[in-house]
Amino acid sequence: MSPLTGYLLLSAFLFSIGLAGALTRRNAILVLIGIELMLNAANLNFIAFWRYGPHPEALTGVMFAIFSIGVAAAEAAVGLSIILAVYRHSRTTDLDKLNSMKG
Amino acid sequence: MIISFLLLASLTIIGTAAAMSLKNLVHCVLALTLGLVGLAGLYLQLGAQFVGFTQILVYVGAVAILAAFAIMMTRSADPTLSNATATFRTSGAVVAVVVFAVLAWAIYYGTAHQPIFTAQPEGSVGQVGLALMHHFVLPLEVIGLLLTAALIGAGILAMDEHRGNQ
Repeated sequence: MSPLTGYLLLSAFLFSIGLAGALTRRNAILVLIGIELMLNAANLNFIAFWRYGPHPEALTGVMFAIFSIGVAAAEAAVGLSIILAVYRHSRTTDLDKLNSMKG
Repeated sequence: MIISFLLLASLTIIGTAAAMSLKNLVHCVLALTLGLVGLAGLYLQLGAQFVGFTQILVYVGAVAILAAFAIMMTRSADPTLSNATATFRTSGAVVAVVVFAVLAWAIYYGTAHQPIFTAQPEGSVGQVGLALMHHFVLPLEVIGLLLTAALIGAGILAMDEHRGNQ
């Protein structure tokens, strides 16, 4: 097994953990954290392919990971403030109870 | 090399798995921090120093603290409240396991005959900075604009409406 395979398997596992969390947890904050984990798995793939790819001097994998981290930070800030606004409106973050868009 | 990879990988797996399965949400965020530190160590081991430091700064320093604040402000930390997993937890877990199985199968048979370039590439912080200032300067400006707009929007969204109108 090559080192690249090890990193890709770890990334797939991280993605599956994030997917399981986003699908099964009931709290909106933990669903957001699960989505962040899936983004992190993609970043690990970018860095691993950059390290073991044929043209590492182009730095494209590193650049993609940096911009992806920036977009993920913006997404986390907006998502958490939306959750705060929803909580202030309906006094809960339980996704099973948030079943109406107007209230 | 192999031993450090196994150590960092197990740290990442244990941290993230605990973050997605613990009952108390504050414990979840602490475990998530552990997993993200392991991931930053993996980036450093792969030779991407700037991404590793950015990971620690952004995820461990900002996103985890933001999530902890959100949990405390929404009173989700009380484990007696409805923090258990959802009613369809088995189907969600089955979907995740199937996705992992398909990905692992594709990875295992897809990378078996790939040529591997093991020469350590040069990805120092200085080179990344030069590339950001020369070749990637337009994306850098765009992401700066995006972050500014997103943070202003987040502040407006989180502002108390009733107090904001006075």
